[in-house]
Amino acid sequence: METKTATAEAAAAAVTLSKEEILRYSRHLIMPEVGMEGQLKLKRARVLLIGTGGLGAPLGLYLAAAGVGHLGLVDFDKVDFTNLQRQVTFGTSDVGRRKVEAARERLSNLNPGIEIKVFETMLTSANALELFRDYDIIVDGTDNFPTRYLVNDATVLSGKINVYGSIFRFEGQASVFGAPGGPCYRCLYPEPPPPGLVPSCAEGGVLGVLPGIVGSIQAMETIKLILGTGDSLAGRLLLFDALQMKFRELKLRKNPDCPVCGEKRTITKLIDYQEFCGIRGEEAAPTVSVPEITPKELKARLDRGDDLFILDVREPHEYQICHLHGHLIPLGDLPRRVSELDSSREIVAHCRSGKRSADAVAFLKQAGFKKIWNLKGGILAWSDEVDPKVPKY
Amino acid sequence: MTVKVMIPTPLRAYAEKQDHVDVAANTVGEALDTLVSRHGELRRHLYQDDGRLRSFVNVYVNNDDIRYLQKEATPVKDGDTVSIVPSIAGGAGAGGNEPASR
Repeated sequence: METKTATAEAAAAAVTLSKEEILRYSRHLIMPEVGMEGQLKLKRARVLLIGTGGLGAPLGLYLAAAGVGHLGLVDFDKVDFTNLQRQVTFGTSDVGRRKVEAARERLSNLNPGIEIKVFETMLTSANALELFRDYDIIVDGTDNFPTRYLVNDATVLSGKINVYGSIFRFEGQASVFGAPGGPCYRCLYPEPPPPGLVPSCAEGGVLGVLPGIVGSIQAMETIKLILGTGDSLAGRLLLFDALQMKFRELKLRKNPDCPVCGEKRTITKLIDYQEFCGIRGEEAAPTVSVPEITPKELKARLDRGDDLFILDVREPHEYQICHLHGHLIPLGDLPRRVSELDSSREIVAHCRSGKRSADAVAFLKQAGFKKIWNLKGGILAWSDEVDPKVPKY
Repeated sequence: MTVKVMIPTPLRAYAEKQDHVDVAANTVGEALDTLVSRHGELRRHLYQDDGRLRSFVNVYVNNDDIRYLQKEATPVKDGDTVSIVPSIAGGAGAGGNEPASR
């Protein structure tokens, strides 16, 4: 052990900056808070980014630009056209490429002097500790509860710091978990919400600049932790409301009863986080079984001139994007507007992808409606199978 | 005692899109009771069936977590801010293994 430490120290001492690096980092080097010593700390630093999406974009770009010497990128996803609205690492020509590859190319171009390792995999209980082993700071840029709890538990179990950021629509949260003596994510939130109660980003949307701001805060915290300067967000939860342009902070405490970092911890190894978050099997959300009609069947019946009432249960702003000339009653308003519907007519309910309208059909069946169907796959499937002129969103 | 209850983005849909409401209350519990009596749909988002606050919803008086004060019995005084802070998970966006979009 001692030999290993001595070797590590010798290696650390051997790290220097080339003439080119001195020029590249000159705006850091002339700041006393960074200086040569700080820049070498950055060069020796080992940071693992979980997720290369919205939060991961500014994180990767700023950490690479700042000269963090060893960056790891974990992501299993491919670049999607809808990512470009906020995931600024990627360009239009990257659509369809593996995110880690596109990100490696972009970051290497930004700073060829750093080592970038990519791991094209989903972070799992089976690989997390192994992936974390070679890194000192883990930055959580994920988009779902199971991975957030996994990142937390794996950082606590391996004694690493977890730089946390999370966003929803126009609101963000950031903190630093797992600092010595400080709280972890479970101290803050012992359990995740049950699936379906809190809308995801894909459902709720997100203002594209928001992950840029929150990811930049995570990048700043990461750099401060590496430099050992300033006051980190450990023990504080930063709340950001972009609409009001307000930052607030709340005190976080280490929970003595925390199941993973408390005195009487009950979690001593990684668990099944899908199960912990109430998500089973491939498809997360339990789908209600209701009578369905496919887009093609619906088209055929409409063409025949059948008297069908189209009920659109999306929100008014979605109706503006595209619609099937349906009667609009958002799902949330359905209980108090049910009188607008005629139960003697045949009704086809639809939404974007078919989930909300399945809830609507289930609700209406309970309310006594008998002739009601859910449009399978929603307006997305209508666009795919019947009318490609209908835009998808 | 008039206190300001801050409503987070994910729950505004259940509170007529307001970002805060002013309520008269002597304790955090009373403030939340008044809130859910005005906005009934908020109840299931804040409370479990057994009436306890949900574990992914934290409540703060000013900057302090009520779990480390007197929980719902924590007294509030004129001008205090009660914040409801639920966990949010967004980050990367439409990918990931989050539930598929609706």
